[in-house]
Amino acid sequence: MPTTFTVNGKSTTVDVAPDTPLLWVLRDVLDLKGTKYGCGIAQCGACTVHLDGVAVRSCNRPVSEVAGGEVVTIEGLSADGNHPVQRAWVEMDVAQCGYCQAGQIMSASALLSRTARPTDQDIDRAMNGNLCRCATYLRIRQAIHRAAQMAAADANGASRRDEDTSVVKSLFSSPIGA
Amino acid sequence: MEATQVTRRHFLQVSALAGGGLLLSSFESVGRLEAMGLPQASEFVPNAFIRLTPDGMVTIVAKNPEIGQGVKTMLPMLIAEELDVEWSQVRIEQGDLDTTKFQAQSAGGSNATPTSWLPMRRVGAAGRAMLVSAAAQTWGVPESECTTGGGAVHHHASRRMLPYTQLLAKAATIAPPALDAVTLKEPKDFRIIGRPTRNVDAQAIVTGKPIFGIDVTVPGMLHAVYAKCPVFGGKVVSANLDEVQALPGVKHAFVIEGTTNLSGLMPGVAIVADTWWQAQTARERLRVTWDEGPTVEQSSAGFARQAAQLASQPPQRGLRKDGDPDAALASAAKVVEAEYFYPFLAHAPLEPQNTTAHYRDGKLELWSASQSPANGRRLVSQTLGIAEENITIHLPRMGGGFGRRLGNDYMVEAAAIAMKIPEPVKLVWTREDDTQHDLYRPAGFHYLKGGVDAAGKLVAWKNHFVSFGQGTSFVQAAGLGATEFPARYIDHYALDTSVMPLGVPTGFLRAPTSNGVAFVVQSFIDELAHAAGKDPVQFRYELLANHTPDAPSAPAGPPGAQTPGGGRQGGGPQFDHDRMRGVLELVVEKSGWGRTPLPKGTGMGVAFHFSHRGYFAEVVQVTVSQAGQLKIDKVWVAGDIGSHIINPLNAENQVHGSVLDGIAEALAQEITIERGRVTQDNFRNFPLLRLVQAPPVEVHWRVTDNPPTGLGEPALPPVIPALTNAIFAATGKRIRSLPLSKHNLAW
Repeated sequence: MPTTFTVNGKSTTVDVAPDTPLLWVLRDVLDLKGTKYGCGIAQCGACTVHLDGVAVRSCNRPVSEVAGGEVVTIEGLSADGNHPVQRAWVEMDVAQCGYCQAGQIMSASALLSRTARPTDQDIDRAMNGNLCRCATYLRIRQAIHRAAQMAAADANGASRRDEDTSVVKSLFSSPIGA
Repeated sequence: MEATQVTRRHFLQVSALAGGGLLLSSFESVGRLEAMGLPQASEFVPNAFIRLTPDGMVTIVAKNPEIGQGVKTMLPMLIAEELDVEWSQVRIEQGDLDTTKFQAQSAGGSNATPTSWLPMRRVGAAGRAMLVSAAAQTWGVPESECTTGGGAVHHHASRRMLPYTQLLAKAATIAPPALDAVTLKEPKDFRIIGRPTRNVDAQAIVTGKPIFGIDVTVPGMLHAVYAKCPVFGGKVVSANLDEVQALPGVKHAFVIEGTTNLSGLMPGVAIVADTWWQAQTARERLRVTWDEGPTVEQSSAGFARQAAQLASQPPQRGLRKDGDPDAALASAAKVVEAEYFYPFLAHAPLEPQNTTAHYRDGKLELWSASQSPANGRRLVSQTLGIAEENITIHLPRMGGGFGRRLGNDYMVEAAAIAMKIPEPVKLVWTREDDTQHDLYRPAGFHYLKGGVDAAGKLVAWKNHFVSFGQGTSFVQAAGLGATEFPARYIDHYALDTSVMPLGVPTGFLRAPTSNGVAFVVQSFIDELAHAAGKDPVQFRYELLANHTPDAPSAPAGPPGAQTPGGGRQGGGPQFDHDRMRGVLELVVEKSGWGRTPLPKGTGMGVAFHFSHRGYFAEVVQVTVSQAGQLKIDKVWVAGDIGSHIINPLNAENQVHGSVLDGIAEALAQEITIERGRVTQDNFRNFPLLRLVQAPPVEVHWRVTDNPPTGLGEPALPPVIPALTNAIFAATGKRIRSLPLSKHNLAW
């Protein structure tokens, strides 16, 4: 049965069984592989996308429920990978294996879109549904704060020359070497 | 190495044929490269790892599989350092499995750093030497007067400079030097090693590029699921294949007879469809009559009963005995007796197991997220009767490994499915498949007795270790070595073992053996410290000082004691107590151990452990409410992994991850068996750590004059006993079994 919705700004019609989860439509029909399968029961958040601006799990959401909606995936978060959250994730070197990070970034970007300067409690609430098996949580938290700074700087028209290593160095709680 | 005994070219040929040399086998002779058409006139390919091109870029091949440990960034750093190029000029390619070019393409045992530190640097240095020769010949000056820097060769006396890009053609005509004769940089000149360096795939990761095994797409590809018996090794009696075959999108449905190898191709039903969701939907309609086999009688409760019974009998065999432990216990001032238990664990990498396979014209092409692809190729070859040379394996990035992908069961399943159908096929497991068909960290039972004398010295230690195995062998990852700490540090010491049979597949989980044994050993030491009335840190200093001459006196460790590739557990023969004391002192200093009185309900715990050549001491502070709610306030880590932290940015990340991984295991992870099957099925009952549970982790390095060693594992083991010892300090409750979720911590 054809279902029509918007994916990353493009109107899209897919002809699949209506109970097919959005995740598998994205991955196997639309070839958008950035959204990941982790658990299939909305426990891990690897499949997080934006639906009408809100972070949702796509693994247990039938595509029929998405009809007419606006879906944004990691591939459509920014034109060239320069969303503040993406930049902060690179700058802080958050990822280990990287598998969960698209979902983390989608949750974090949804948080920042409604809370420009989130507190640690805001981050706890928004990010607790996203598992990271490598447990990069300490850097995820730092990177969200950093992304908020970057977004504020962008809004003020400041340049992006701040991607130096000073922030990276500040990650270290101790000097390297004897 | 024998390499010096033969000419370079001769050695190269021998090595390439045998695939066996440690270092030089990575070299292709120039003549052979030309024959293969590899170096174009303008390119320079000094060896299998490096390609310099006229655009100024240096392409470096990362040979090892990337599971999140950062090896794809780290190995090229070593090469680029000695080649003396700018990191910004470096482009990195993931190598396929190719045992004629590359050695040890695996991810396990924290082995990449110790085994690559010199070889990879020599690979880079050899390339540099050839470029220097090319420049020296061009200028007619001695090589010794030439230096390099910034991707160029310099001759300072004549103020001449030639960028590498202008030397490529000439360098390609220079004979490569012997790798063990190349000159390496002085550490003081390092510009890439030791510099915080970001993950080379960072941009691809944050933009959702299809870089993981599960993302592989091959034209015309179908999608498969594979249903196995919930009881390990159960066989298919019958299945409603005709009905399944008629379901939407289903292209093939068939039984695979499989083998009896629990870590190999187990029997099952394959469903292949146009999309994965169609295959999975059809699976819900699949009805299989299974022959569950004899292991249906197994259960966790049954294992516990058998363990208790074995512990009440004399041990089946001794692994080590020093002095006279029984006499020493009889005369000890205080004796402590305790039973410790740690459960089966799953690995649960976030990317479920998968492999894409295409079989055509007698050849099999695989894209497999495997930590040990060479073992996988052998398993596929032996199971399916296809020669290894007809199997190609590509190595996509992996969504975590943790040891799970050292097994290759998913690979042989995909291969078996592909060999039955004309189309290429991608097999993807469900999370339930992954949870219920892991190669589990084996549970372990330890029955301990320890004694301290009137002065509070630890004088006797006996451990009857009850594990799984048959006769004198342990099942995989269920063994214990005779040099396991505290062997050699207690005058009267015995390690004995008894085993029971197991029909559950087991395997190596991050810091294998250590991830369970450190909890037991470091907790029991804590118990004895309290029995002795001593501060747990002081008691450990005294224990480390009480070493016997270091030669192991006991029989060699049992077969199960070695991790793949020679990683060592808690007290390998080379355990160096001075290095351990060093990290213990450092973590005591950084954590403020003992300097501030803590209120009831708050406590600090300490533990140390040596594994995979790394020394780690950790302190955990917890606060436990009177109602028993646990909060981990902070973790302090001190590590000694040698003379260099190659990539400090990733090193800290690896320690964070290891520590939090250990905490997750301790908090609530447990795999239980009932009626031969795994009780848990997904993250709802096998919980991973969540962001709100992650405490701050402070990492400190003690740099020592030792070769650098790996970091994927050794920071994990000590955090578990440091945590449970902290709970004791806070509440007076001694934790002797995991996970903590089974304990009431109210006080």
